[in-house]
Amino acid sequence: MEIRPYPFTELDNLELHPGYLELQRDEPVARVRLPYGGDAWLATRYEDVKTVLADPRFSRAAVMEPGADVPRTLPTMPTETNILSMDPPDHTRLRRLVAKAFTARRTEQLRERAQEIVDGLLDEMERQGAPADLVEALAMPLPITIICEMLGVPFEDRDKFRSWSEAAVAITAFTHEEIIAANQSLRVYIAELTERKRAEPADDMLSVLVAAHDNEDRLSTEELVSFGVALLVAGHETTANQIGNFVYQLLRHPDRLGELRADLSLVPAAIEELLRITPLGGSAGFPRIATAEVELSGVTIKPGEAVFVNNVVANRDPSVFDNPNELDFHREHNPHIMFGHGAHHCIGAPLARMELQVAIGTLLKRFPLLRLDGDVAFKKGRLIRGPQALSVRW
Amino acid sequence: MSKWTIELDRGACIGSGMCTSMAPDHFRLDGGTSTPINETVEEDEAVIDAAESCPMEAILVRSTDGTVLAPQP
Ligand code: HEM
Ligand code: SF4
Repeated sequence: MEIRPYPFTELDNLELHPGYLELQRDEPVARVRLPYGGDAWLATRYEDVKTVLADPRFSRAAVMEPGADVPRTLPTMPTETNILSMDPPDHTRLRRLVAKAFTARRTEQLRERAQEIVDGLLDEMERQGAPADLVEALAMPLPITIICEMLGVPFEDRDKFRSWSEAAVAITAFTHEEIIAANQSLRVYIAELTERKRAEPADDMLSVLVAAHDNEDRLSTEELVSFGVALLVAGHETTANQIGNFVYQLLRHPDRLGELRADLSLVPAAIEELLRITPLGGSAGFPRIATAEVELSGVTIKPGEAVFVNNVVANRDPSVFDNPNELDFHREHNPHIMFGHGAHHCIGAPLARMELQVAIGTLLKRFPLLRLDGDVAFKKGRLIRGPQALSVRW
Repeated sequence: MSKWTIELDRGACIGSGMCTSMAPDHFRLDGGTSTPINETVEEDEAVIDAAESCPMEAILVRSTDGTVLAPQP
């Protein structure tokens, strides 16, 4: 069996490497070799990907075991456990501490606040006049403001943690030393903040986590810090890049854009479709390790073997989605797995959906003539793809 | 107080344990999947929280007249 280097070359402008679709058709469970060593399986079909993500025979925690020979997406793999590298019941213990703050109901209560933030940001953008960089004017500040308010992180600190977070989600865009230093700075920053919350508890998630640590012994100090960092970084990097990506995708598909402008009630369906089709991930991500023999599309995975999944490619599986490479806002059924699947299914999915709907919906309503001002350069060598800047006129 | 009913789709449940940990009075893990301890319960926000937090949306909570209370679409 051929061993392919993985991930495939990152293409410009949010293109998906065509090799993935060939793999999905011809070799749905393939052998791959990672840039920093180690071989693994790569699953690309929808059903297989869902199995790897949800079946308890695949472990996240096994990746962190001392001496585990895990294929490496980075020169050295992180050694601190975080929510993504835990299995139930440890994983459940952590996740339930904040689950209530992220339910669809609680998130709906934040919609008004999100609208207020977006209105304010777009007022300011209009006041400054065209051209504007939508990344700085809207895409970044909206999710940062929301996650700061939910966690209890001072918004004034955003420049500081943004630069660390930028580096923390890099693969090759920064040096390895810079990536490690940035992660360390984020940890120190959150650790200091938890001290402040301990002295002065507030109605926010960090205070909830501190109380769970102090009073109920429900998470360790390391878990407390890792979880705070994970929530802060995951809470804005993904959504911010997706706002930029989605505006770019819409401006490049004038027919779909026209359809959406003519009927803004299509916005939620359009967001789901953009989530399905946009190749957000720029890296292989983190693997799962089989703890028992599992068969995927006729291939036997042995205990101890690592399996990567590619959600973006799974979202183009023709056995689930008709015309999978077409942007279609009228799909009756759109069970995409851009937010993952199983126990680690994105806890922020309702929040991200709401922010994307408010940001994109309001932008289209207010600026009927919105258009790109010149070419768009995309960030490269990071875990998450997105425009460096998005200069627009209206 | 009106009663709520809990339906659990065992085919969708992956045994993540979220519901059993958020509403231990109402769910128990049984052979790798969760089961409601009682299918008809007194109103209890913990049941709604569990249904909203289930990563597989496998729990459906209805009021007496059949309206779906959780999860929100
Ligand atoms: C469009 C935006 C977003 C996308 C595409 C996205 C995608 C994902 C995916 C695919 C996973 C699962 C990873 C895995 O299985 O390895 C995940 C997990 C997670 N996401 Fe998101 N996410 C987004 C926004 C958010 C937001 C706004 C938050 C808010 C804090 C957030 C917090 C998390 C956390 C904490 C996890 C770990 C959950 C766990 O391990 O149980 N995400 N996300
Ligand atoms: S939260 Fe959902 S998936 Fe997890 S055990 Fe309960 S019903 Fe099953």
